[in-house]
Amino acid sequence: MAELNTGGGGDKGGKVRSKKQSTRVDLTAMVDLAFLLITFFMLTTSLSKPLAMDIAKPDKDIKDENRKELKASQTMTILLGKNNKIAWYMGVPSPNTPPTIEGFGDIRASLLKNKQEVKEKMGGKDIVIVIKPTDGSTYKNFVDIMDELSITKTNINAPAIDDDPAHLMDSEKDFMRAQGILK
Amino acid sequence: MPRVKVPRKSTSVDMTAMCDVAFLLLTFFILTATSRQPDPLDIKTPSSTVLFKVPDKDLAVLSIGKGKVFIEIIGKDVKMLTLQKMAALYSTQFTKSEAERFGVIGSFGIPFGNLKQFINADAKDRKQIEESLKGIPTDSTTNNDLYRWIEQSRRAVAELHNTEMRVSIKGDSEEEYPVVRKIVEVLQKQKVNKFSLITSAEAAAK
Repeated sequence: MAELNTGGGGDKGGKVRSKKQSTRVDLTAMVDLAFLLITFFMLTTSLSKPLAMDIAKPDKDIKDENRKELKASQTMTILLGKNNKIAWYMGVPSPNTPPTIEGFGDIRASLLKNKQEVKEKMGGKDIVIVIKPTDGSTYKNFVDIMDELSITKTNINAPAIDDDPAHLMDSEKDFMRAQGILK
Repeated sequence: MPRVKVPRKSTSVDMTAMCDVAFLLLTFFILTATSRQPDPLDIKTPSSTVLFKVPDKDLAVLSIGKGKVFIEIIGKDVKMLTLQKMAALYSTQFTKSEAERFGVIGSFGIPFGNLKQFINADAKDRKQIEESLKGIPTDSTTNNDLYRWIEQSRRAVAELHNTEMRVSIKGDSEEEYPVVRKIVEVLQKQKVNKFSLITSAEAAAK
């Protein structure tokens, strides 16, 4: 009753041999496609992650007791001005030692020179850098100068970044205005 | 002398192995691919020689360009919790689907008041909304939008992952420093004194 007739149409004498088809598929096209996709993905992925430069700033409203007094001759103040210009001076600005105006190409040599001088004068003490970006400078200038510090290894003590416009001294302002690099 | 016939070898090569290799590589690249979100602000970061890689979680990226500020909070879970906290602060409500949609938004820069409209818009309209507005408000009050976004996302990260969130600034090279200073002040108001500047790579000077 519950039988399935799988006999088909019954054989008429000899078996009909169906020709064995070859099972090989031409994979060339498939490989082409795969490599096309690979190249696409290789070109669109960004395996390189962006890099980050760490910046630490001193706390603003801290009434800190362990502030260090620094000798003026140990500090180098770097002013970032307009048109990618830098003005730097050692210690305290005074009329007879005006700040030096430089571009970003020359600052590296000055940094190394000052670092060396401070080391010799102060008996092996490290230079302290104060950076004052003014309103005329761009973000790129700021990143560049931080980068120069890390290249010349002058940032052993974290550089003091003083970006408060109120902290810009009048003498600094006057000088920068005279040089046309103040906004 | 009849010539000895060299039997012709078939030139067809077995492509199976080649195909295997190709697809293996393909799967690898597909799986490692991270879809890059289009940057709403066209930012060219300055280059530097630092070699510190940006972590890919517990991070907020503040993009600065054209005088606008955009924020990107990394991680869907953090994003959704941040939105919840922000909604509580501004006493608004977001539906579950809105929160889900917000969880996949990359970088955005709109005042909180326009956020609902922004979330419900599709990609094309989002761009228009962003262009018509001035980025995230960063006025100097202590409870501006940017301040709150950063604060709430930090709380969200602390709750979810028990770590301190890193804040990165991704600024355009030509951006004037005062804009950056404003952002830094917002960060310093909430005692984030350590942050990183995202730069592109540059060959180290010898």
